[in-house]
Amino acid sequence: MAAVGASPAVPRVATADPPARIPVVLALGVYFGIVLVKSEAVSWFRIQEMFRFGGFHMYGILGSAVLVAGLSLIAIRRLGFTDPAGRPARVEFKEPGRWTARFGGGLVFGCGWALLGACPGPIYALIGTGVTVLVVALGGAVAGAWVYGHLRPLLPR
Amino acid sequence: MSIFPGMTEPWPWYLAGPLIGLVVPLLLLLAGREFGVSSSLQHICAACVPHRAEYFRYDWKRKGLWNLAFVAGILGGGVIAGRFLANPNSVAIAESTREALEVLGIRDFSGLVPTDLIGWPALLTVRGFAAIVVGGFLVGFGARWAGGCTSGHGITGLATLQPASLMAVAGFFAGGLFVTWIVLPWLL
Repeated sequence: MAAVGASPAVPRVATADPPARIPVVLALGVYFGIVLVKSEAVSWFRIQEMFRFGGFHMYGILGSAVLVAGLSLIAIRRLGFTDPAGRPARVEFKEPGRWTARFGGGLVFGCGWALLGACPGPIYALIGTGVTVLVVALGGAVAGAWVYGHLRPLLPR
Repeated sequence: MSIFPGMTEPWPWYLAGPLIGLVVPLLLLLAGREFGVSSSLQHICAACVPHRAEYFRYDWKRKGLWNLAFVAGILGGGVIAGRFLANPNSVAIAESTREALEVLGIRDFSGLVPTDLIGWPALLTVRGFAAIVVGGFLVGFGARWAGGCTSGHGITGLATLQPASLMAVAGFFAGGLFVTWIVLPWLL
C-alpha cells in the first residue's frame, strides 16, 4: 500500500486482497445455494439429462450464467467500478499452462461429475437440503484435493 | 411448508442462470473476490493438518477464509431451500432421459437424487460407493488439477474467455460423456 504521493512515477495500485468481508460472502453463498437448489442444478437427474442431451435446462442455466457474468463484467469495466480495496473490479487473466493439465484435470473432474451428479457447489448445497450422504462425497473430494496436492510435482501444470 | 403459492416450484433456466451469473460481479464488487468453489477443498486441507506438500503451505485464513465462509453460505442456502422452498414433485427431466435411466436400473425418481445410488444404504453397494466416494474423489482431484470447477472455469473463466477455462470445460464434457455413455451402463 503506497502512501499517497509517495512516488508520482508509480501509479498507486493496491495489490493486497481487501479484508475478507465474512457476512457479505456468507450472504452471497446463501443466495447462490438457494438458486442452485431451486434451479435443480444440484440434481443428479439434471446432470444425467445434460450428458445425455435429453433437455436444454442445464445448458440454458450455464449459458445464460456465462452471458450475464460476461456482460456485467464488461459493464463494470466501462463504468470503472472498483472493489472494496480500490482495485479495478475485474477477473485476472490466468496463464493456461500446459493444455494437458487443464484438459486432463477437466477430464478427471468430468468423470466424477457424471458419477456423483454434483460438482463442488452442489455438494455443499445438497448437504444443506438433507442429502447427508454427500458429506461422504465431500470427504472424498477433500481427499482428492489432498492427493492432488501431493502428486502435483509429478503432474503437468 | 410454503408461505406463498408457487414458492415450491422449480425455477426455469432463464431465471436461475442469470441469477447465478450475477454472483460473479457481486463477489467482485462487494468483496473483491473471484467466484469459484473448488479452492475451498484446498483450503480445508490446508486448515486441517500441517503439511509437507507445498500446495497446502500458505496462510489459509488470509487466502481462504472468505471462500470457506462462501461455501458455508451455500450449505445454509441449501438448508433454507430444502426446508421452505422444496419441490414436492420429482425433477421433471426429459422422458428419454428417464427411460434410459430406468433401463440402467434407477428406480427412485422422487427426489433431487436417486436414493438407489446416492444414499446411506447405497453407500455399501459397489455402484453407490463408486458414485459417492469415487465420484467425490475424482471431482476434488480433477477440479484442483484443472484449477477450477464448474463455477471457476465453467462460469467465471468462460465469461472472461480464458483459454485455460475453455480447455478445462472441454475436459469436463469429455469426462462426463465418457462416464455417462461408457461407464454407467457397465457399472449400474
